[in-house]
Amino acid sequence: MLDGYLPAKLSEALDMMAECDCIPFAGGTDLMVQHARGSGVRPCFDKTLLFVSALKELKTFDLMGKTLRIGAAVTLSELLENAATPQIFKEILRQMAAAPTRHMATLAGNICNASPAGDTLPYLYAMDAEVILQSRNETRVLPVADFITAPKRTQRKNDELLTGIRIPAAEFNVESYRKLGQRKGMSLTKASFLGLASTANGRIEDIRIALGSVAPHIVRSRKIESKLTGKNIKDIPGILQELQKDYSALIRPIDDARSTAAYRKQVSLRLIRDFLINCMLKKIP
Amino acid sequence: MKIEFTLNGEKKHLDVHAATRLLDVLRGHFGLIGVKEGCGEGECGACMVLINGRAMNSCMIPMGNLEGKNVITPEAFCQSERGRIIEDAFMEAGAVQCGFCTPGFIMATASLLNANPDPDEAQIREALSGNLCRCTGYTAIVRAVRIAAGKGAGAC
Ligand SMILES: Cc1cc2nc3c(=O)[nH]c(=O)nc-3n(C[C@H](O)[C@H](O)[C@H](O)COP(=O)(O)OP(=O)(O)OC[C@H]3O[C@@H](n4cnc5c(N)ncnc54)[C@H](O)[C@@H]3O)c2cc1C
Ligand code: FES
Ligand code: FES
Repeated sequence: MLDGYLPAKLSEALDMMAECDCIPFAGGTDLMVQHARGSGVRPCFDKTLLFVSALKELKTFDLMGKTLRIGAAVTLSELLENAATPQIFKEILRQMAAAPTRHMATLAGNICNASPAGDTLPYLYAMDAEVILQSRNETRVLPVADFITAPKRTQRKNDELLTGIRIPAAEFNVESYRKLGQRKGMSLTKASFLGLASTANGRIEDIRIALGSVAPHIVRSRKIESKLTGKNIKDIPGILQELQKDYSALIRPIDDARSTAAYRKQVSLRLIRDFLINCMLKKIP
Repeated sequence: MKIEFTLNGEKKHLDVHAATRLLDVLRGHFGLIGVKEGCGEGECGACMVLINGRAMNSCMIPMGNLEGKNVITPEAFCQSERGRIIEDAFMEAGAVQCGFCTPGFIMATASLLNANPDPDEAQIREALSGNLCRCTGYTAIVRAVRIAAGKGAGAC
């Protein structure tokens, strides 16, 4: 078995993916930790590593119409430095890891790692982002929310590489992101909340709410959001209890080393309340 | 896997297992022991180097990802004009106690000043948030970065 392979171009990488069992390797900030064997020892991988982070075809970053297209090898630092990256997304990225990790880590890696604690996921779910999957003979596009099927599980086929991410643009006048964790340099999110809304004349025109780390998957419910769309902001307090009950049924956290299920549930419901009451009520003209 | 990269200004060719950590190559093969292994999982910054001018943790970098890259270790960096200014600033501020973390902090400082020659305190704390120090309590380290920036370590 080959230990590693450095393709010169994307087509060569896709040939490798088709012909042998490989692990796509981007920044390695998840892979190196997951395969570590201790101090001074080389991490152990049971397949050939296919290094994709230098592929020029995956380093692209552009706006196509109003859709942001991000190549799979673009790092979190590069996203933070790019003027086209929306402010609220930058706020999320700034709270991920520390600079040396962000200089290596990719958005594609965060998606493919498919952790319910992946900090970019609530944003990608809320924005209806899509992933582009390429194999030697086929290209397909899937919503991120469908691509991830369960913790650590995705719909990626063995011969496919994720080559890019597409984020359709949307304008919001109410934006709130909260990440609860311990020390910032570390990867441990206890719970995260993202609320995005656009309002006009005291009415909600568009609203999206996503929560991370509080269920086996990212929590986003269009059904609950649709109860809010078209409503007057001043009517929110009247339906708040019902909305919290709806969300409560979806928030199914676990106890782990980072936090307890009870804490996660309570804090999530309070963050929802804070967004719907404190952030939104300010927008009544 | 055959890898070619630049280490402290010199071209190197190595034939190594693709998953070998840069940290182990630097310490074991080249005897560059300025990089330390603290956590081994990207959280402490003791193993930090500059790659193409940016701070990265060498415990997280497999050799397969190093092809064509330009690596600077604390040893070589501290021989440079900027390195000397930063090192002196750490001494002046009393930012070194046991010294285990210091090479990493110097790399993080260099990376910050490359991107932003005149950072404010919040930007300094943010840039150093990937480095752990068990001795100093950080205040003196933040002061050291300010002194270094004031003496032009970001400009030369
Ligand atoms: C110190 C530290 C702090 C961290 N903090 C955070 C944090 O705050 N929030 C957070 O969410 N995460 C955090 N992480 C986790 C990690 O940095 C992120 O998940 C990162 O985005 C992973 O990207 P990568 O390029 O390093 O992925 P890699 O480790 O290279 O890959 C991750 C997975 O994705 C697959 N993959 C990568 N690219 C492709 C591709 N193009 N096609 C198909 N599959 C692919 C790999 O095979 C692997 O399964 C942290 C990690 C460390 C070490
Ligand atoms: S040893 Fe590399 S970051 Fe701690
Ligand atoms: S001086 Fe001892 S760890 Fe920083």
